[in-house]
Amino acid sequence: MTITATMTVNGEERSGVCEERTLLVTFLRETLRLTGTHVGCDTSQCGACVVLIDGDSVKSCTVLALQADGRDIQTIEGVADGDELHPIQQAFHENHGLQCGYCTPGMIMSALDLLKHNADPTEREIREHLEGNLCRCTGYHNIVKSIRAAAGKMAGAGA
Amino acid sequence: MYAFRYHRPDTLDAAARLFGECEDPRYLSGGHTLLPTMKLRLAAPTDLIDIAHIEALKGVRVEDGAVVVGAGARHADVARSPGCGAAIPALAELAGMIGDFQVRNRGTIGGSIANADPAADYPAALVGLGATVTTDRRAVPADGFFPDLFETALEEGELVTAVAFPKPRRAAYMKFPNPASRYAIVGVFVADTGAGMRVAVTGAGPCVFRVREMEEALTRDFSPDAVAGIAIPEDGLNSDIHAAADYRAHLVTVMAKRAVAKALG
Repeated sequence: MTITATMTVNGEERSGVCEERTLLVTFLRETLRLTGTHVGCDTSQCGACVVLIDGDSVKSCTVLALQADGRDIQTIEGVADGDELHPIQQAFHENHGLQCGYCTPGMIMSALDLLKHNADPTEREIREHLEGNLCRCTGYHNIVKSIRAAAGKMAGAGA
Repeated sequence: MYAFRYHRPDTLDAAARLFGECEDPRYLSGGHTLLPTMKLRLAAPTDLIDIAHIEALKGVRVEDGAVVVGAGARHADVARSPGCGAAIPALAELAGMIGDFQVRNRGTIGGSIANADPAADYPAALVGLGATVTTDRRAVPADGFFPDLFETALEEGELVTAVAFPKPRRAAYMKFPNPASRYAIVGVFVADTGAGMRVAVTGAGPCVFRVREMEEALTRDFSPDAVAGIAIPEDGLNSDIHAAADYRAHLVTVMAKRAVAKALG
């Protein structure tokens, strides 16, 4: 049976028709055509599908679209300010924080949530925070470096 | 995942009424066990009753020397609760060790204990602290809540509403996590409570269990050495690709020692 889900996505109210069993990640990708959020493992392990619901990072492959009905969703498409990259995105660019890029949207959404709670994380804290985000290319080194750099830049900017 | 109907009640009464009316319903909280189980088609309920919007299930509060955690409180809520962190730091730390950051932003205590996974962390805290589970029908002591593998004392349709943890004199939880899932291969919660010593073990057996011999030894002498020589039998312990039963038995003693050392500060 189909049903309409309505939520705020990247600041805009969006509605779409889906099934009760439609996952949030499927709703974002296939109904709203926001394909920046990736499906990796589909078993809530890899973190490629991380989005923010009411500011909290969650794995959107393990949330029903209807559970997000009425909520505020932020995806990777809502992170940059127009053409200007967010400091975390810029830091990934500058520090070679990605290779194939598949895990990157999830990494950046997780990093956003980390820096919200801990504006000046240590390397160890970043590594522990990223335990739910898997990268098979980089060995994490430059991802951690990128997030440290972004934290420094955001603190400097008073963000 | 097979098709189902979705309901979002605002009150406990409405949720219970829906549960009674549906053919094969399940309550949905954070969904971090139920949805993966449905994806695998190991569960195929006709109706999901989403209880995440019921105010009565939310929040973590400290009252009368106990930390009362609403069934809908997420692991992140417990881990970050200043009240819980001050009253029972071991409980807040345990909540902060469950799964990963994103899982803790969805998973709830009610869902975790109703599922009763043998490797879940919360059962160790419930039994280790002598907690009381409140449901929409009654109060159940934690000691009788987890009878066996994936089994609880809950009746059909009975909903956990809160868990009350009495504040101990000192307590600590130590676990040997599976490096991928963070589930406990063995986790031991040690508490010096107002009502005696408690040592509760998760991950090692089909369900959480107490180690009376360690509790008696700690009553005489609350030190890591008191439990260092106590080996538990491997009979009946879990044996799988992650760890054999004899290894888990060994880890119980190691984690108990570490937990006592941590409780001593």
